[in-house]
Amino acid sequence: MIAVVEALPPDTAPARIDITPLLRIIVPVVLLLSWWGATALHPGGLISSPQEVGTALWDLAFGGINDDAFSEMLLPDLIASAGRVYGAFLLAAALALPLGMLIGRLRIVKEMLEPTLQVLRPVPVTAWLPLSMIMFGIGPKSAFFLVALGSFYPILINTIFAVRSVEPRLFEAAQMLGVSPARLFTKVVLPASLPGMFTGLRLGLGLAWVVIVVGEMTGVQTGLGAMIMDARQLSRTEIVIAGMAIIGVAGYLSDYAVLALGRRLLAWSPQHG
Amino acid sequence: MVEPILRAINTGKIYPGGIEALRNANLDIAPGEFVCLIGASGCGKSTLLRMIAGFETVTSGQIVVRGRPVTGPGPDRGMVFQDYGLFPWLTIRKNIAFGPIARGKPKAEALATADRFVSMMGLDRFADSYPHQLSGGMKQRVAIGRVLANDAQVALMDEPFGALDAMTRERLQEELLTIWRATGLSVVFVTHSLEEAIYLADRVVVMSPGPGRIVAGERIMLDRPRDVSSPEFNDIRRHLASLLHADHAREAA
Ligand SMILES: Nc1ncnc2c1ncn2[C@@H]1O[C@H](COP(=O)(O)OP(=O)(O)O)[C@@H](O)[C@H]1O
Ligand SMILES: [Mg+2]
Repeated sequence: MIAVVEALPPDTAPARIDITPLLRIIVPVVLLLSWWGATALHPGGLISSPQEVGTALWDLAFGGINDDAFSEMLLPDLIASAGRVYGAFLLAAALALPLGMLIGRLRIVKEMLEPTLQVLRPVPVTAWLPLSMIMFGIGPKSAFFLVALGSFYPILINTIFAVRSVEPRLFEAAQMLGVSPARLFTKVVLPASLPGMFTGLRLGLGLAWVVIVVGEMTGVQTGLGAMIMDARQLSRTEIVIAGMAIIGVAGYLSDYAVLALGRRLLAWSPQHG
Repeated sequence: MVEPILRAINTGKIYPGGIEALRNANLDIAPGEFVCLIGASGCGKSTLLRMIAGFETVTSGQIVVRGRPVTGPGPDRGMVFQDYGLFPWLTIRKNIAFGPIARGKPKAEALATADRFVSMMGLDRFADSYPHQLSGGMKQRVAIGRVLANDAQVALMDEPFGALDAMTRERLQEELLTIWRATGLSVVFVTHSLEEAIYLADRVVVMSPGPGRIVAGERIMLDRPRDVSSPEFNDIRRHLASLLHADHAREAA
C-alpha cells in the first residue's frame, strides 16, 4: 500500500483525503452557528432564528404549518420571478449584444452613443424605480423594465470590450488566407469575442437576479420580491430571510448552469474550457 | 534568367510618424528560391516582409508579384508569424481548412485538403485539439501547414522559429527544407541568426539600419544538408559577419 503511494509523482501522492468539500462548508457552517448563537442569546429579538426560518421555508414550500397567505407560495413566486429574470435578461441581451458590437466596431455609432450611455450607466436601478412606475405603470411591466435595465450594462460593456480587443494579428492571418475585409466581422470578430460576450451575459444574468427584488417593489402581486415586501409589512422576518435564501440559491443554480454551458460551448478558450 | 516571382523595385517606406523604415530596396526572388533576410533589429526586415504581404502600404517604388503590383493581402502570399496567429476557436484541422473555406472551396473538400496537410506536418495526433493545447513548435507547424494548404506560391516568414527552443528550431528548419524541396515554394525568411540564414538559404540578403537598406546579397553554394561545423560554412559566416559589422562600424564612426 505504502509502496504504491510512494511510486506516485509527488504532486498526486500526498492528497490522500480531498479536503475541498470541507473548505467549502466551513464558512457557511460558521455563519449559521453565529446566527443561531446570536438569536439564542436574545430570545424574542427582531431577527428570527435559523429554526424559525427553516420552518418558514418548509411552510412556503409544502404548507401544512401556518396555512396563511404565504403557505405553498414558494413555487408560484419562484416561477414568477424566474420568468421575469430570464425574460428581461433575454430582452437586455437582444439589445445589448448588437448595440455593443456596433459601438465597439463602428466609430460613428461609438461617438453618437457612448457619451449618453456613460452618463446613464452610473444611475442605479433603484433611482429609476419612480420613473419606471410612471412610464410603465404599477406592476409587472415596470419590474420587467428595471430587471432588463440592470442586466443591460454588463452585457453591453463586455461586448464593446470584447469586439474591440480582438488581436490585430488575427485580422492579418485571415486576410492573408483570403478573407475579404467585408467578411472579417463574421470570420474573425464574432468568434474571437465570444468569450468576452459570454462573460457579459453571465454577469448580466447574475445582476438580473440581484435586481429582481427591487423590480418587484413596483407593486406586483407575485414573485419573490413581492413575497419579501409583503412579509416586511407584516413584520414576518422569518419569511423575509427565507425569501433571501431562495433568491440566493436560485441565482447560484442559474449561474452554475450558465457556467456549465459556457464550458461546453467555449471549450477552445483557455479561460472557459 | 527566369522571370522573378516577386520583385521589390526601389521600394521605400516612411511610416506616418515620419520614421524612414526602408529606403530604395531592390530584391528579386526567383520561383522556388529560398531567400533569408538578415540584419540588426530595426533595419526594416519586418517592414519589407509586411509590404510584400500587403499589410503595409509602399510609400515609394513598388512591389510586384507575378507581374502585378501588390495592393493588399492575398492568398498567393502566405505569412508565417513569429507569434503563430492561429485562430484559437478552431481545431487544428479547421485552422488549416480555414483558407480553402474562405476562398470558397466546398467544406468537405477543404477538410480533405486540411487532412493531407495535417499529416504532412506530423499533426495527426492533434487534428482535433485547439491551439492552446499545443507547444510552440506544434503551433508553428500548423501555421506553416495552413499556408501550404492554401496553395500559396510565396511563403513569407518573419522570424518564425525565433521563439522556439534550439532542438525544436533545428527540427523545424529540417522539416521546412524538406517541404520547400517537395513543393517548389518560394520562401522569404527573416531571421537574426546568421547560422540559420546560411543553413537554410539559397541566398542571404544583408540589411542595415538607419534608414533600413539592403547592403549585400550572397549566394550560398554549399550542398545540402549543410554542415554548420564545416570550414566552408564558417568561411561564409565570417564573410557575412564582416558585412554586418562593417556597417555597424560605419555607423559608429
Ligand atoms: N507600425 C509602425 N509605425 C511606425 N514605425 C514603425 C512601425 N513598424 C516599424 N516601425 C519602425 O520602422 C523601423 C523598422 O522596423 P522593422 O521593420 O520592424 O525592423 P526589423 O524587423 O528589421 O527589426 C524601426 O525603426 C521601427 O521602429
Ligand atoms: Mg522584425
